[in-house]
Amino acid sequence: MPRYFTEEHEWIDVDGGVGIVGITDYAQGQLGDITYVELPGVGDSVTKGESCAVVDSVKAASDIYSPVSGRVTETNAALEDQPELVNSEPDTGGWLYRVELSDAGELDSLMHKGAYDKFVAGL
Amino acid sequence: MSLTDELDDVLHEPLTLPLDAWHRDRGARMVPFAGYAMPVQYEGIIAEHQWTRAHAGLFDVSHMGQLEVSGEGAAQGLEGLLPGDIAALKSGRQRYSLLLAEDGGILDDLMVTNRGGTYYIVVNGATKWDDIGHLREHLPDAITLHHLDEHALLALQGPEAAQALVRLRLSPALADGRPVEALKFMEAAPYMWGAIPLGVSRSGYTGEDGFEISVRGADVTALADALCALEEVKPIGLGARDSLRLEAGLPLYGHDLTPETDPVSAGLAFAISKRRRTEGGFPGAARILHALAEGTPARRVGLALEGRMAAREGAAVYAGDTEVGRVTSGGFSPTLGHPIAMAYVDSDQAAEGTALAIDMRGKRLPARVVPMPFVPHRYHR
Repeated sequence: MPRYFTEEHEWIDVDGGVGIVGITDYAQGQLGDITYVELPGVGDSVTKGESCAVVDSVKAASDIYSPVSGRVTETNAALEDQPELVNSEPDTGGWLYRVELSDAGELDSLMHKGAYDKFVAGL
Repeated sequence: MSLTDELDDVLHEPLTLPLDAWHRDRGARMVPFAGYAMPVQYEGIIAEHQWTRAHAGLFDVSHMGQLEVSGEGAAQGLEGLLPGDIAALKSGRQRYSLLLAEDGGILDDLMVTNRGGTYYIVVNGATKWDDIGHLREHLPDAITLHHLDEHALLALQGPEAAQALVRLRLSPALADGRPVEALKFMEAAPYMWGAIPLGVSRSGYTGEDGFEISVRGADVTALADALCALEEVKPIGLGARDSLRLEAGLPLYGHDLTPETDPVSAGLAFAISKRRRTEGGFPGAARILHALAEGTPARRVGLALEGRMAAREGAAVYAGDTEVGRVTSGGFSPTLGHPIAMAYVDSDQAAEGTALAIDMRGKRLPARVVPMPFVPHRYHR
């Protein structure tokens, strides 16, 4: 299953028109201790590049931008009681939402892991 | 990038403090704060917060302004600018006070210590240059203001702070001095750590027992090393300093206190000494004494929130559909496990237990007025 990355440090795993979205290890490290995650509603439409979730850390609230456009089909219920999963398992258990892609072509503008790692190394 | 942009970057490059390399060596994330590069966190804000509440945390607060006011009539000169009874402040005692504007607005909050007739004042980093200008302009010519800009300032805070400092084997610098652990909250004295002079007070900004230690910049690295070599001491960043002071109900200048806030609305009437209430003679006395007698339209209160979403500075506070105030500080309380906030609300909505709501990104978060501190102080009195 290919994983794509944005310059805003979200990742998306895509499998047959459905994606799972999270934030990268680099992003969680920058945000620090996460105390609350405001997720989109199931059934909500999200738009590539637009804010669709908010991650609250001890210090500040940060917008999460959707890597693709589409419809939200599921959100990570575990984050309600354990928002710190985004810190401890950003690549797996700390995922944010599942989305039905409306335009798979949008993935072409995202980065693969090699390019993202280079992008982060240059920050 | 244009040339003017580049120039702007050079001019606004954060200044470095004596412990800059020391912080970076310990993995600190450095951020610009009050014009300086400062450590916001090392291992993580919550872990550092909890370490300070359980053990001892070392904070570098060298960005703050350390001033000395001396000369004939220094106490009277200061009383012209502050509402505290400085004349009655005994040698070796420290007091919280406020630098007031002519209209009674708060220009800064500060700590003043009587160092045997010389007054040692610690002011906020972001306001220190304005404060120095204000003091120079308004203090009589016979009074000398000295900026101790070659001194660093450390805060050692937490229930194990005293035992940690004892392990450094300080000796009192004065013949009649007491061991450092004998200092009580808001007392201060000079000590020697070997050949290195330290100005120590038992005070801080976390609600915990602890000390603030003024030391020459040239000596601060050795002192920070010696303290952090102790198992009970870890370096703590500005992030946890903010969450600790919020839990302690202590206002932060520039956020909870501004030139638009007066001491009575801010809940700082305790800083207006009894004699000064009778005699007046401080800036804004008429307005402030009137506020003391009649009350103020709004008051700073503590709010406890339900759920986990934090309210942030600037968020509107509602009673039903009516906006009754604004949040000035807010965040998640690691000790309590829920968000807390400070807000200025209409005085008729300020009673303990009042149910209010805070608007965050279009959501109404239920909140209740609670007494401050949110987490009890544990000062060594």
